[in-house]
This record gives sequence, structure tokens and C-alpha cells, in this order.
Amino acid sequence: MTFIYPRESLSVYPKHLSPEYKSTVKRSPGKPLIIVPHTLSELTGPVYGHDAVQEGDADLTKQHKGEPLGERIIVHGHVYDEDKRPVVDSLVEIWQANACGRYVHNVDQHPAPLDPNFTGAGRTVTDKKGYYRFITVKPGAYPWGNHRNAWRPNHIHFSVFGQSFVSRLVTQMYFPGDPLFPFDPIFNSVADEKARLRMVSSFDLENTVPDWALCFRFDIVLRGREQTPVHTEQH
Amino acid sequence: MSDITPSQTVGPFFAYGLAPHSRCDWKPNSGYDWKETVGADLVTPDATGTRIRIEGSILDGDGLPINDAMIEIWQADGQGRYAHPRDNRGARPNAKFKGFGRTATDKAGVYSFDTVKPGVVPGPDGKPQSPHIVVCIFSRGMLRQIYTRIYFADEAANSADPILTLVPADRRGTLIAHKEMRGEIAVYRFDIRVQGENETVFFDI
Ligand SMILES: [Fe+3]
Repeated sequence: MTFIYPRESLSVYPKHLSPEYKSTVKRSPGKPLIIVPHTLSELTGPVYGHDAVQEGDADLTKQHKGEPLGERIIVHGHVYDEDKRPVVDSLVEIWQANACGRYVHNVDQHPAPLDPNFTGAGRTVTDKKGYYRFITVKPGAYPWGNHRNAWRPNHIHFSVFGQSFVSRLVTQMYFPGDPLFPFDPIFNSVADEKARLRMVSSFDLENTVPDWALCFRFDIVLRGREQTPVHTEQH
Repeated sequence: MSDITPSQTVGPFFAYGLAPHSRCDWKPNSGYDWKETVGADLVTPDATGTRIRIEGSILDGDGLPINDAMIEIWQADGQGRYAHPRDNRGARPNAKFKGFGRTATDKAGVYSFDTVKPGVVPGPDGKPQSPHIVVCIFSRGMLRQIYTRIYFADEAANSADPILTLVPADRRGTLIAHKEMRGEIAVYRFDIRVQGENETVFFDI
């Protein structure tokens, strides 16, 4: 039985139950998951092309009357599969806190200011090379109640579709050199160090724009070893 | 060891980015025209088949409603066809039907989708699969998504379904949605218990 979506690839994922992150205790399955073959239902998935999003969706600094406060940054990279082939025409969605570490969400009670010129949601579709690009501001760190004076490292939430329903990925992009890394149980839920560091973007000096924006590169690797779907599967 | 990017939790604040129309805690203040790309209503004008609603609660290990979960569904159309190039059985009769839905649970931990009942789809070794919907759940406290399936109580083919029969008989019931009529609309109830008594079956795929 060979899978084009090998299960072993998921070995770098966090465990469902990671008690250091307290909310996992009651929200993780207690019984073993049941292994089932990938059928057409798992090997297909939603397809959203360029008609789904608008040009402006990828520039989070231009969605309001004025410009948001904070460090303007470009966040870009490629979405690949496990054989480093580009994942094309794939919906990439992001959401993030503003420069002060505050989300536009009524559940967020962090007493930091909202920015009337920043929502923090963006979308784009990867091009024929699997490339995506956002313009935004660097999100601030914010406190959360997990442990004494817990603060999340600066991060941007990412949602990516890929070629099938089992390549679906929701992750977080971090920034290099964050002093909060050692204290964050969400970041450290990924036990393997190399895998953990794949969630950290790199500072991309070459693609900064002089006198205008800094730049970070974040490449994303999804499950799967194929680019063009084929029909016949052996189970 | 693979090179894939690890999963992280969707967190509690995803709604304004991923599901603004289903749980709109964010009111756009700029007039920026944010089009809905994905939502809880899958029905397109060309979608043939039985219109149904799927509705349920998502509950944690204490039986408490999870009011900040995101739930996504993926399904075939009424003729059992997936809107994806891998399903290459010729032109699809419901070309506009995408088969993907996404919503967030409300304050009571309840979600719902309006869709059509999926048809029979091919399974392993050419055996048909009983009509079903693939489900993917994300939430704060979930560092990675969990997958399950919705089957329908009124489908005789369930007893021979190649996936359902891999599930221990005493747990299969957690994957079956039950029908109740609400006026003209068939509502299939599908509660998801993430942990504990009557825990829903989740799949390692
Ligand atoms: Fe966050």
C-alpha cells in the first residue's frame, strides 16, 4: 500500500493532546484514531481559482481609509508539495493581530488599542509557480491565559488548501529570533526542532523595498508527492 | 522524516478572516468589499438532488459546547461527482456545485450547513461508498485538525460501506446523522463529541 499522501509525513505534527497547552486537554480525541484508506473523498478537495479573491485582498494595508500603524512588511513565499513541486492556484488565507497585538474580534479582551485602519485578514491564490505575496504590518505579541504571564510570539495565522482534503493545512508563521519561543507551548508542541523551525520565516533582505517595507519569506510544504492528479489509485 | 510544514491551532480569533459571514464578530468599518469565498450554504442554482440541512453541536470532553470551532465539509454532488480534476469521469451535471462548506460554531456551539444529499461515490477496489460527507474540525485547543465522516441513517448501503465497516460496530453510530423534517426541509442531526462518552469516531488519514 503506497500513498501519495504518506501518513509518516504527519509524524512532525503536534500531538492532539499536548498538556502544556491547556486547552488541548478537553479538546483532543481520547480514543485512538481509526486508520482508513484514502478514497476519492479524501484525495479530492476544494478548488478556488483567481475569481474567488480580489486583487486588494492581499494588501492588508490598503483596506481602510488610512494606513495602519506598525512596521510595514512584505510576507511572501512558495507553497510546495513534499517533492518541492509548486502547489498552484491554491487559496492562501491569513489573519493576524495588529501592531499592538490586538485582534479585531470581540472575544479578544487584551487592553491594547484597535487600529481603525487595520482588520488583519488577507487572501490570495498561488500563481503557476506556487508563489504568494501579502503586504501587511508586523503583528505584535499578545498575552493569553495559558500560564503565568504567557505571551504568544509574534505570528501570522495561515490557512492553505493544497490539492486534496488531506493536504489541508492551518498553521502559524513566526518571525526569526523571537525571545518568546522557549516559553510558548503552541510553538513547542512541534517536538522536532527542524520541523519547528520550518514555521519560522526568514528575513529576506533582498526583497525588502528601500524606504518602504521589510520583507519575510515563508515557504510552506504540504502533504503529497504529486502535482497533477491522476485517476487510478491502488489501495 | 518529512519536510512538511507542521500544523498549528486555528486559535480563537479566526472568524473575521475565515468565516466572517457565519460568525461576524467583525464589522467592516471601511466599506472594503470582502467577498464571501466559502460559507455554510453549498446549494447552487444548478444543484440537483435532495436539499438537506445538516445541523449539530460540537462538544468537548466535559460535554460543554465548543463555541469557537471551525468546521469544514467536503462532499460529492447529488450524482456522486466531486468538483475536482481527480474525479475525471466526464462533464459534471452540476458544474457550479463546489461541494465545499465552511462555518463556525455559534455561541451555543451549534453549526449548520445547507446542501444537497451526496450521491454514491467510488471506493477502494471499485466498491461503492455509501453517501457521505468528509468533515474537518479546527479549534482553539486543537493543534491539528480532526477528520470524521457524516453518513445518513436512511441509506441501506451503509451496512456494506468499505470505510464504515472498518469502524468497530459499537462506535459506528457516532458517524450516522438522523433525519427530522422541519417543514419542507430534511434536517440531519450530527453532533460531534470530541472526547469522552460516545466520542465521535475520528480518522487517521
Ligand atoms: Fe494568534
